[in-house]
This record gives sequence, C-alpha cells and structure tokens, in this order.
Amino acid sequence: MKNITKNKNNLYSLLALAVLLGFLAFLQSDTAGYSYQISILERSAIYGVVAVSMNLLTGFTGLFSLGQAGFMAIGAYIVAIFTIPVSARASVYYVSGISPVIANIQLPVPVALLLGGLAAAGLAALIGIPVLRLKSDYLAIATLGFSEIIRAFIAAPMFDTITNGSYGLKNIPGFSSIFTVFGLAALCIALMVLLINSSYGRTFKAIREDEIAAQSMGLNLFRYKELSFVISSFFTGIGGGMLAMFMRSIDSKTFQVSLTYDILLIVVLGGIGSVTGSILGSFLVTSGRELLRFFDEPLMVAGIQIPLFRSGFRMVIFSILLMVVVLFYRRGIMGDHEFSWDGLFRLIRGVPDRLKRLKKTPLKAGKGGRK
Amino acid sequence: MSDIKNVLHMQDITMQFGGVVAVNGLTLDVNEHEIVALIGPNGAGKTTAFNCVTGIYQPTYGSVSFQGEVILADTPQGKTRRLYGGDVTPDPSLKPVHKTPDQVTKLGIARTFQNIRLFGNLTVFDNVLIAKHMRAKQNVFSAVLRLNHAEEKRMREESLELLHMQGLAHLKNEIASSLPYGLQRRLEIARALATGPDLLLLDEPAAGMNPQETQELTDFIRQIRDDYHLTIFMIEHHMDLVMQISDRIYVLDFGKLIAQGMPEEIQNNEKVIEAYLGVSDDADD
Repeated sequence: MKNITKNKNNLYSLLALAVLLGFLAFLQSDTAGYSYQISILERSAIYGVVAVSMNLLTGFTGLFSLGQAGFMAIGAYIVAIFTIPVSARASVYYVSGISPVIANIQLPVPVALLLGGLAAAGLAALIGIPVLRLKSDYLAIATLGFSEIIRAFIAAPMFDTITNGSYGLKNIPGFSSIFTVFGLAALCIALMVLLINSSYGRTFKAIREDEIAAQSMGLNLFRYKELSFVISSFFTGIGGGMLAMFMRSIDSKTFQVSLTYDILLIVVLGGIGSVTGSILGSFLVTSGRELLRFFDEPLMVAGIQIPLFRSGFRMVIFSILLMVVVLFYRRGIMGDHEFSWDGLFRLIRGVPDRLKRLKKTPLKAGKGGRK
Repeated sequence: MSDIKNVLHMQDITMQFGGVVAVNGLTLDVNEHEIVALIGPNGAGKTTAFNCVTGIYQPTYGSVSFQGEVILADTPQGKTRRLYGGDVTPDPSLKPVHKTPDQVTKLGIARTFQNIRLFGNLTVFDNVLIAKHMRAKQNVFSAVLRLNHAEEKRMREESLELLHMQGLAHLKNEIASSLPYGLQRRLEIARALATGPDLLLLDEPAAGMNPQETQELTDFIRQIRDDYHLTIFMIEHHMDLVMQISDRIYVLDFGKLIAQGMPEEIQNNEKVIEAYLGVSDDADD
C-alpha cells in the first residue's frame, strides 16, 4: 500500500516536472514575446538558489547571517570580470582603463561561476574565523558589516582598473536560454538538499537544536559552523554570478543591504527551515512585486482619477500583503515542513471544512483575551 | 589491588567563579567497571565538578586524567592567582591542558544533562544517529554525493540496534520533545551510549521520577554497565538509588569533599548527616 502511494507521488512529480519543462519550452519558443515573463522566472530561480543557501545557514544550522549581498557581489564581480569578452573590455573600462593583470584573461562561463563560488567561500572561511564566535543578533550585525565592507572595497577608486568603480561592469554575457538558468539553479539546490539530508546536515541541525548537547556528541562546533557558512557562501557566490549574467550589467549599488533583505524576506515568508518554502517564496515574492505593478499606474474610474494609484503604491500593497501572510502563517508558508503531494491533497480536502468553520465563528471573537 | 584499573582521576580540582569557590580541592578516583556516585546538598558543586571533567569549564587549579592521559589541567596565573581562594596551594609548574568537550567525548567520556538536552525537534532516530557521526569515516563530499552509503548504512543499523536494546525502537519516528519525561531521559542515555564511551557520566538521571521509575532506572543502569562494559560516574539525589547501586560514594558540601566510602559507611557518617539535615546553632559553637 505504501509503495503504491509512493509510486503515485513519483508519478505526480514527474507530471509536474513535465508541465514545468513544457511551460519553459513554450516561453523559450518566443523569447521576444515573453521576455517579461522569462525575466521574472529567471530572477525567481536565481533568488531561489540564494534563498536556499541562506536557509541552509539560518534554518538548518541556526546561524543568523546577513552577509548575502556581499558574497553575491564577490561571485557577480568574479563572473563579470572573467567573462566580459576581451574585445568589449575597452568600451567597458573606458574611464580608468583595465588592469593589465586581468586584461586578457577570459574564462568559460562554468569555470567563472565556479571560481566566483570558490572566492566567496574562501572569503567566508576567513570572515568566519572571528565572526562565528558570535551568536544570533551579534552574528547578523557582524556579517552585515562585512557585506558592506566588501561593497565598499568594490566601489573604492583604487580598484577602478579591476571593478570599474562606480561605473559598474556591463556587456556581461547572458544566459542562452531559460533552461540554463533553471538547470543551474536546480543543480545548486539539489546539491544543498543532498547535503541537508546527509550526515553533515544532521550535525548542522543538531547544532541548531542545542549547541552544548551537540558538543557532547563529539561535534566540534566551530568546524561545523564554519563548514555550513562556507558552503552557504559558495552557493550564494554562484547565485551572485548568475545574477550578474541575468542582469548583464552590475555595479556596487546592486549589492546593497536591501538585496539581503529581499532574500531574508523570501526565507522568512517561505518558512525558515524549509527548502521548498524558500523556492516557493522566491517565486511568490519576485512575481508578486511585478504583478502588483498596475497599482503604480494612474487609475481612472468614471472619469475621476483615484488619488492613491501612483508610482510606489504597489510597495504599500505588497507590504500589506506580506503582513497578512505573516499574520496567518506565523512560521512562513511552509513552516519547517517540506512540500509533499500528500500534504497538498490534505490541504485541498481541508478547504471546505475550513470555510465552514470560518462561517460559524463570528469575526469579532478574537483569540487574544483582554482584561 | 594492582589489577584495578583507574579510569578517571581528579586531582585537587578547584573551580572558582570570581570570588566564589564552587569546587574546592576535589580529589577522587573512578575505577574500571565501578558505579561511583557523587552526592551532596543543592549547590554543593556536583554539576560544576562534572563540567570540569567534560571540558565545559577549565578548572582554576588541578588536573583531570582519563585512562592515564591528562585531559584537563590548569594553574592560576596573574589576576586569577591573586584572587585564588582554594584550600590547596597551587603548583605553578602544572602545565595547562585544555581539551574541548568534543575532544573529551571522542576520547570516550559521554554524559547526560541534569536538565535534559535532547535535539528536541528531531526524531528519536536522528538523535541517536547524530551521535554516530563523530566516528564515521566520511567527508563532506562523499556524504553529499552519497559515496559513503556503506558507512551511512552501518550508522543507521547500529543506531536502530541500539534503540532496540533500549526499548525505544517503536518510537524511532517520534519527535524527541514529544516523548514522556522518563523516555526522554532514557533516550538521552541511549544517545550518550551511541558515542561509544568507556565512561558514562549521568547527571541526576532519576530527577523527577517516581519510585517505580527510579527502581527501573536502577536496573537499567546496572544492565547498561554490564552490556557495554562501562564505568559509571553519577550525580544523584535519590538516596534509595544511590545506596542500592553505588560501589563507592563521594560526598560534596560547599565544594569540599566531606566523606567518601562504601554506601553503609556514608549512611552512618556524621558529617554527611549534618550536611543533609543541618546542625543546630548551639551544637555548632
């Protein structure tokens, strides 16, 4: 009996995958016509990678770090510097010229992405030595600081011949098709899921649950925290490299703290400690922002212009929606559970019941007792 | 006497927090296959002594050896030396050694905690499985790419076997924090056993248990000692349990050792009775 349901669920998964691939192929068939939808989906997939890597650290190891933007910047700049075609470099570095060291090195995209990830991981290893001695909020502040330091270095005039300072880098080769983006993202996420479900993933969770108990199980706290931090930063760096290729042009402002908050929002909304939650969150947040764009347009009803509808209003609506979601799902959409078909069906079957209950309970009866 | 093998030796252990001397010149021995109890009124410094053995605290002065190897040793220097309030005069030539708690566990000392410290949101099975990680031959790449499946399988089988022996196998998919109190204690002991120890430290294993559960625990502790060839060093308040099970007892009061010996000797020791029941003021003067 158990086997049958398992097979059934595998079948559903295959079907869902086929539908997704079909949908992507459909979009890919007319890249010009669907460029808007493609760009939303690509950005979602890239944010998904970074969100899962943040979740690996925050949700599974219990280390609250806010350094994502910095590590993304490292990956992005490495990919940009080594993949901009040599012929196009003169036009990119037109202000202060290009450092002769890097002027003629051009790497294939996969190598550059890997290098970006490794550079981010290496830097994380160094930063981790002092920073991982801190806990919770203090760790967050320290990593936030390091992320800003990285950004400041990138924008510093003395590195103009490498990073092109405040002019940023452009002419970065993009992705040939949406399949490349989704394939890469899927590969990164799959590797992280394999890690989380391995013996090492279990040690991360042990550290999250109780550090003293984990230590008395023979786990060297620093070693495993550092490992988690380095691996998370590696994938964050790759995510940053992918973002550079997606945007085609980057500058240091791309990697401000607000980028980290975007990722944090995705992780919290999706559910801290849920990989599928982070993926779901990244698609919801990224597309949600775009779908609400009509709130930014002036709206005329019966010849009268509604005053609130103007540029920036969509972010107000977006924030209200976020508050509603967080109020109803305190622990994010998925909590710390993973997506499963059984769970989905249970949810759908439960809908009529819930509606009935909603009708029965009068709205005024709040849960919080007042005295 | 020469065939008695010493497992744990604490020499002049003094642990001072600021001006408070929590443990004062404690010297004790635990020999192979013994069950030794450390008792004393609340605040006597028993758990602090345990924390000195497992490396959670670095003692202010004194040394701890496990199976002949010094695992912790220190002597006060500088400011700590000026503030030093222990009774034993420190020997400045003692070389500091500080093994961290994970290294101590690797050497073969496992422990449980007074206030249970399980991995609450993980399953019973995972709690035990995590303890197996320390001795597994694998690295992060082989683990991610599943090249360690033989090792992983061995870890899983051993964990399951351990749960079977502890009578917890039917609960293996339950969330650890959802277990009843007594079973949580038992799981904590099972998890400690999974690290493959020679010496097991139990910090108040019978806390919060009723007489019947305490009796079961008594048999259980004897059983695991024989099954796993363990030496057991425990802190306990339940006198029934302590008197029944211990080969030898050490009594601490205000950080100092006030008595040691067989259970019968301790039961009739005046100092111990005073420490537990208090002394009237006029008798004291």
